[in-house]
Amino acid sequence: MLRDITLGQYYQTDSIIHRLDPRVKISGTLLFLVSLFIVDNFIGYLIAALFLVMAIKLSRVPLKFIFKGMKAIYLLLLITMIFNLLLTPGTPIFTIWKIKITIEGIKTAVMMGVRLVFLITGSSIMTLTTTPNQLTDGLEKLLNPMKKLHVPVHEIAMMMSIALRFIPILLEETDKIMKAQMARGADFESGSLINRAKSLIPLLVPLFISAFRRANDLAMAMEARCYRGGEGRTKMKPLVYRKRDAIAYIVIAGYLVLCIVFGKILF
Amino acid sequence: MAIILDHINYIYDADTSMAHAALKDVSLQIPDGQFIGLIGHTGSGKSTLIQHMNGLVSPTSGAVYFDGKDINDPDFNKKDLRAKVGLVFQYPEHQLFEIDCFTDVCFGPKNLGLSKKEIELRAYEALKQVGLPDEYFYQSPFDLSGGQKRRVAIAGVIAMKPDVLILDEPTAGLDPKGRDEILGLIKNLHDTMGITVILVSHSMEDVADYVDRIIVMNKGEVAFDGEPKAVFSHYEELEAIGLAAPQVTYVMQELRKAGFPVDTEATTIMEAADEIMRIM
Repeated sequence: MLRDITLGQYYQTDSIIHRLDPRVKISGTLLFLVSLFIVDNFIGYLIAALFLVMAIKLSRVPLKFIFKGMKAIYLLLLITMIFNLLLTPGTPIFTIWKIKITIEGIKTAVMMGVRLVFLITGSSIMTLTTTPNQLTDGLEKLLNPMKKLHVPVHEIAMMMSIALRFIPILLEETDKIMKAQMARGADFESGSLINRAKSLIPLLVPLFISAFRRANDLAMAMEARCYRGGEGRTKMKPLVYRKRDAIAYIVIAGYLVLCIVFGKILF
Repeated sequence: MAIILDHINYIYDADTSMAHAALKDVSLQIPDGQFIGLIGHTGSGKSTLIQHMNGLVSPTSGAVYFDGKDINDPDFNKKDLRAKVGLVFQYPEHQLFEIDCFTDVCFGPKNLGLSKKEIELRAYEALKQVGLPDEYFYQSPFDLSGGQKRRVAIAGVIAMKPDVLILDEPTAGLDPKGRDEILGLIKNLHDTMGITVILVSHSMEDVADYVDRIIVMNKGEVAFDGEPKAVFSHYEELEAIGLAAPQVTYVMQELRKAGFPVDTEATTIMEAADEIMRIM
């Protein structure tokens, strides 16, 4: 049951996108997201679509996996589109009872839909091709300048990677405790709302205790290896930009320029 | 109240790229009153198998019958089944949650919808049966030692008065003394309550002294099923699948090879000692 949930779904394969420096992928994804909000005409979206298709092709991730992420947002997508369709003022095409459908409404609804789909697809390519550890490494390096402002960048990155690492462990633990309590006759599925909330106590108490125990063990293990934060800490695999990263940056910059020129200014 | 497993297959993560079979065509009969050792290496499918027996996991194909009824039938009451087939998970002390031991043990019977008096009676009886000293009854379970916590957790299942008691590695993480105590306790429960007991373990040594039947699992299949003597006579095959017969078996086999006319069927230290005395 619970083990079916996937988070931070990395897809293991070897491709040029997988090998890119995580910093390139993070900033590339961010710029792609920004570009989606810059463009507002058909050609702009076409450019974005082409860029996306190219990235998917290069990443060698099967389409099935990319669209798996879509399932989670399809309700959000539907609601957004319906609201935009119904609530945008403009020239009405037809009216049913009190509901007016306008040309502008259809336009914004489609645009919003496409924008959301591209947004999710773009960010899933990043999470599918980058392991959580690479992501936090990249983030740490990118945020490094903020250390000057006394932001504990290394600590934040460490907390993030530990949190990500513990998600599957805690899910498994939840599954186990749930089964153990079900074996003692616990019922998590039926009854009134209050009863159901109450029935979670036998699940939550052991889960919290186990989480604290694990946190304690981990802290002890880190302590035993003399971990003391980011000061003067070196990495086994430091992030180094290579030629392909430079090329990727150029491609992303080129894409952004195209978006601004064709998607915004010319038309 | 026999359990019958009929050609059970179970596939983890079916219809994904990670699909793998945890159980392959397992057929077993668990008659009343037996004391069974279920042995297998880590990942051999023994934990998955026992979860089929009280309906926590449904087979991908095949059927499980309890008392002649298919337990995965939509009309079958699984809650009743779980009262009759008690399952003690690995590290059961991790499921304790109440403010004191007594209340925690009450959780199972309470879920059965019994009267308050009956619940408390059963909880008291169960705590006595597992041999928890009286002064711990109203203490927080989190203040107890590992071995005592485990007793409380086992009591939590016994208090439901199951006909079949399944224990998944009940001795994991205990010291030799704690291990012997828990195993002795289980043996005692089997003898006094007349219930069926299935003891899951990866160590032959642990179970050899107690059980009257051993089922060996390997890679999701039943490799051997029979009396301890019969199973241990396959000690070479057992080694090939990463298990070992009790050391007594090796001693007797070596003695035999060295030319002593001992009976190699001795499985416990006492039997072996008698056998050696006999030929001397």
